Amino acid sequence: MSDLKSGSNLEKVLRAGHFALTGECGPPKGANVAHLKEKFSHLKGVVDAVNVTDNQTAVVRMSSWAASAVMIQNGVEPNFQMVCRDRNRLAMQSDILGAYAMGVRNMLCLSGDHQTFGNHPQAKNVYDIDSMQLISLVKKMRDEAKFLNDEDIDVPPRMFIGAAANPFADPFEFRVYRLAMKIAAGADFIQTQCIYNMEKFRAFMKMAVDMGLHEKAFILAGITPMKSVGMAQYMAKSVPGMDVPESLIKRLKGAGKGKVAEEGVQFAIEQIQEFKQMKGIAGIHLMAIEWEHKVPEIAERSGLLPRPKVD
Amino acid sequence: MIIADRKPLGELLEMVKECNKILILGCKGCVTVCNVGGTKEVGVLASILKIARKKEGRPIEVEEKTIERQCDPEYIAQVKDMVGQYDAVISMACGVGPQFLSEAYPDQRFFPAVNTTSFGGAVSHGIWAERCAGCGTCLIHHFDGLCPIARCSKSLLHGPCGGSASGKCEISKEVDCIWDMIVKKKMEKGRLQDLTKMKPNKDWRTARDGGPRKSVREELVQ
Repeated sequence: MSDLKSGSNLEKVLRAGHFALTGECGPPKGANVAHLKEKFSHLKGVVDAVNVTDNQTAVVRMSSWAASAVMIQNGVEPNFQMVCRDRNRLAMQSDILGAYAMGVRNMLCLSGDHQTFGNHPQAKNVYDIDSMQLISLVKKMRDEAKFLNDEDIDVPPRMFIGAAANPFADPFEFRVYRLAMKIAAGADFIQTQCIYNMEKFRAFMKMAVDMGLHEKAFILAGITPMKSVGMAQYMAKSVPGMDVPESLIKRLKGAGKGKVAEEGVQFAIEQIQEFKQMKGIAGIHLMAIEWEHKVPEIAERSGLLPRPKVD
Repeated sequence: MIIADRKPLGELLEMVKECNKILILGCKGCVTVCNVGGTKEVGVLASILKIARKKEGRPIEVEEKTIERQCDPEYIAQVKDMVGQYDAVISMACGVGPQFLSEAYPDQRFFPAVNTTSFGGAVSHGIWAERCAGCGTCLIHHFDGLCPIARCSKSLLHGPCGGSASGKCEISKEVDCIWDMIVKKKMEKGRLQDLTKMKPNKDWRTARDGGPRKSVREELVQ
């Protein structure tokens, strides 16, 4: 596998043709390394890489590259997330080099939630470049060993480049084109927004497959198991670009007291079974929000364990 | 035009709390058009300040004047004989006004009465909205007459982001997603392929990021 772009475990698993599984871990609101370790300990050996979120929902947390470095020291492969909200092109390039120097080999390029959502809504937003241009920047640094200004990089960062796709944001007809652009810009893999509306997602994937996008990048389907009816209602109403069908909320309600979480897990497992068969899907991105300890069980029950070892 | 909103009364009263005699100076430019700093608004503010101070038992003397523009030395010169007699002059022009006045009359104190917000226009009666961010390199022709720099909350050149829902921006249901509008217009006009091309990274030097800006028309410079 000498043609690997980064040599990350995630890249090796995907290139070997295995159905990948990635997890997610939000860094702590503080420098609590013990808490961080506890959270990702549930994912060790259970997923191929763990996304490390970057001040998600614009709430300040331990920096994503530092939390990624802690993961590496503890034998877990991170997928370092970087948003365009907080850094200009100087800070982006230096953090990419810094993350690579710490052993980071996967990177997810995102626009980032606007700061009005978070706990510092007074902040100046940066958005010097956008997520499309960030993907292109990481590719340039890796493949051409050049900074954005065309100066040479002394040891380029060999990252496996990821991007997000939200098939449920509007306008729906344009979403697949935006995905195509991200892949053309340099994305090696795609992680989608949490999927609940399966019908809409099937339609989206059909368009993606018809355009041959699945042959140009690995597409991982995003899943967040619902823990409660309240969570489902909150996501349906208050999270922009999230599509939670009424039928799912009804199903969760129908599960009865004390059984909603299990119903949520059951729905996630059913989704995974369908995605395993769905054309164009190369793996699952399982975002068990503040529910990391549930990931081993979901992976086990979905037949995704043990994870493949690829040298 | 330049859009502004009047500062809250409490802030203005705090500004003039040491003053016994002030001048409120309006501007017949943009702030008159957006109904915030013209002759009428000068009169209203004068009355409000006088009433508020009278209530406090510390009456204030307020004079009123409105000039053509506060962004031009020629008109600034018109108040030459007035300035100097007041504890403060409250400018109701955009942020340019109190600065041009301060530069012209260094011995007089000038305070701003408005918060200057944006470059925009009237979208309906009594409502003005931002249309231009003054970035110094106009790209509107690439986006069918719609500006994502000023009107996308993230100034994305390759939108819409994942937070666009039902034509609204993720920050508020009150804010239209300009990228939704751009995409729909491109689709309608059969020009969607324009959006699938990668745009170069923006050179922000022409915006405020490059430092204070100046425009020079060589043919006019003496």
